[in-house]
Amino acid sequence: MFELIGIPPQALFGQLLLGLINGAFYALLSLGLALIFGLLNIINFSHGAQYMMGAFVAWLLLQYAGLPYWGALILAPLVVGAFGVVVERLMLRRLYDLDHLYGLLLTFGLALVIEGGFRHVYGISGQPYAIPPSLQGGTNLGFMFLPTYRAWVVVASLVLCLGTWAVIEKTRLGAYLRAATENPTLVRAFGINVPVMITLTYGGGVALAGLAGVMAAPIYSVNPVMGSNLIIIVFAVVVIGGMGSILGSVITGYGLGLVEGLTKVFWPEASSTVIFVIMAVVLLIKPAGLFGRA
Amino acid sequence: MNGRIIAAAALAIGILAPFTGIYTVFLMKALCFALFACAFNLLLGFAGLLSFGHAAFFGLAAYITAHGVKEWGLTPELGILAGTAVAAVLGLGFGGLAIRRQGIYFAMITLALSQMVYFFCLQAPFTHGEDGIQAVPRGYLFGFIDLMQPMNMYYTVLAIFVFGFAVIHRAVHSPFGQVLKAIRDNEQRAISLGYRTERYKLAAFVLSAALAGMAGSTKALVFQLASLTDAHWHASGEVVLMTLLGGMGTIAGPAVGAFLVVAIQNYLAESGAWVTIIQGVIFIIVVLSFRRGILGEVVGFVAKRKPLEPRPASAITSE
Repeated sequence: MFELIGIPPQALFGQLLLGLINGAFYALLSLGLALIFGLLNIINFSHGAQYMMGAFVAWLLLQYAGLPYWGALILAPLVVGAFGVVVERLMLRRLYDLDHLYGLLLTFGLALVIEGGFRHVYGISGQPYAIPPSLQGGTNLGFMFLPTYRAWVVVASLVLCLGTWAVIEKTRLGAYLRAATENPTLVRAFGINVPVMITLTYGGGVALAGLAGVMAAPIYSVNPVMGSNLIIIVFAVVVIGGMGSILGSVITGYGLGLVEGLTKVFWPEASSTVIFVIMAVVLLIKPAGLFGRA
Repeated sequence: MNGRIIAAAALAIGILAPFTGIYTVFLMKALCFALFACAFNLLLGFAGLLSFGHAAFFGLAAYITAHGVKEWGLTPELGILAGTAVAAVLGLGFGGLAIRRQGIYFAMITLALSQMVYFFCLQAPFTHGEDGIQAVPRGYLFGFIDLMQPMNMYYTVLAIFVFGFAVIHRAVHSPFGQVLKAIRDNEQRAISLGYRTERYKLAAFVLSAALAGMAGSTKALVFQLASLTDAHWHASGEVVLMTLLGGMGTIAGPAVGAFLVVAIQNYLAESGAWVTIIQGVIFIIVVLSFRRGILGEVVGFVAKRKPLEPRPASAITSE
């Protein structure tokens, strides 16, 4: 087998694939954050906890109701999204007239409650979630082995990201959403029910996080802290990309996942910090973020 | 006048507290966190900047002090100075980056940067990874005060807290503090009045980071331990909670919040998961129902004739 700059190709492409998968999750989560921030002006700190909830709901459904992966893929995001709708109606709604920081603090508290609750019941050891039978196995591409499930995750998240982009940019509903982001009062004057739209946007963004959690369950073990470590990286991704554009956050998510994967090959010790270093550099050169509007 | 009487009473309580039978380790831990929270509040309460990464200064300073005292044989006062100095330098770097953005971005950037420090503490050889630096000698303060004596250690911690608190009080009630409040309330206006607001924000950040580091260094001596817990984002969240619970606009509120949060950790909850849940619930309750915090509500109650309104959206950040 040939070698590239002293790195066996299996290792190189294996890490690149892993980076692409991490990038898929960064993209999905930062997309949801950007959606919610656009309309609610709130940074949803509990996004990571809701991603973890998605994975746990899928696991619980399999464990106690025998519902397989495909069913969980639909039901778990609905459960998490419904939870989001309740949170928005009961709590976030009261904060819209206040400083944005209060939304951050409230959702941070919510994240602590969710994470602590799952930790209390299930411990931190993590629960295994089997890959569904139809997606087991893999293909030998000659230069690397491609597990089917991982290929599915990359493709599915790409479709999801592009689908969300299309809904927001190309449909009537998306046009309302963009208009309400710019000027909610005016949109209300046209007879559109903006409060309901806000509730559903929060629910939708949160459901997207739950869906990412279900897709992550067979790859990472299902454990209560899986979201909190991820969300900090996603925050850095959001700072790097800027929250101005949907496509921007998708591209930044995938790109940074790949960069992280490459770093793992060439300088493993730095792989956990490389995204934060990139964030610092971007702040120095273009403080508004790569795709951000100042 | 009232303020002086209250301050004197608080100091008297601090001096007499060890004789009431309260566990001195609890008191020392609470004092360290009280200084940490007051330092943090200099930034949030008086400059309107929410840092979600203050554990980086607290935790790294603890490591520096522990390493200096244990491996290089530094005296306790030099160890604390070294930790404080490193925290200040780190604060200069982080502050310089973070003040390029405002509001929620500021919070996200400080959180991400502090996570970088966490990974550094996890991987650097001198920190001993998951074990932390254990069995740190307390040594002799100024060469002759034996800090292994609990009373000596307690009064040292109390003195450090009073010193730190005095620095913060002085800063808040100086022209510098007035400019910070002006920036908090309306940054554009402060700029138009000719103030270089970035310099003021950076100075506040460095001062806050240095004092947070001093608190972390002191804690390392008290517990003879520097560990990853102090550098973790949970610690950053805890200091936000202490400040919010006690009252972020008030100068002594964060200390009150720190005592309550540490008391919950020590006396109420047996497991780590329950501490997390309780802290989360307190966060939610405070944000939804009394945003001025305990001391803020008390002050508001006393001055009922002209009640303090919760600050409007534009007052905390300038976005």
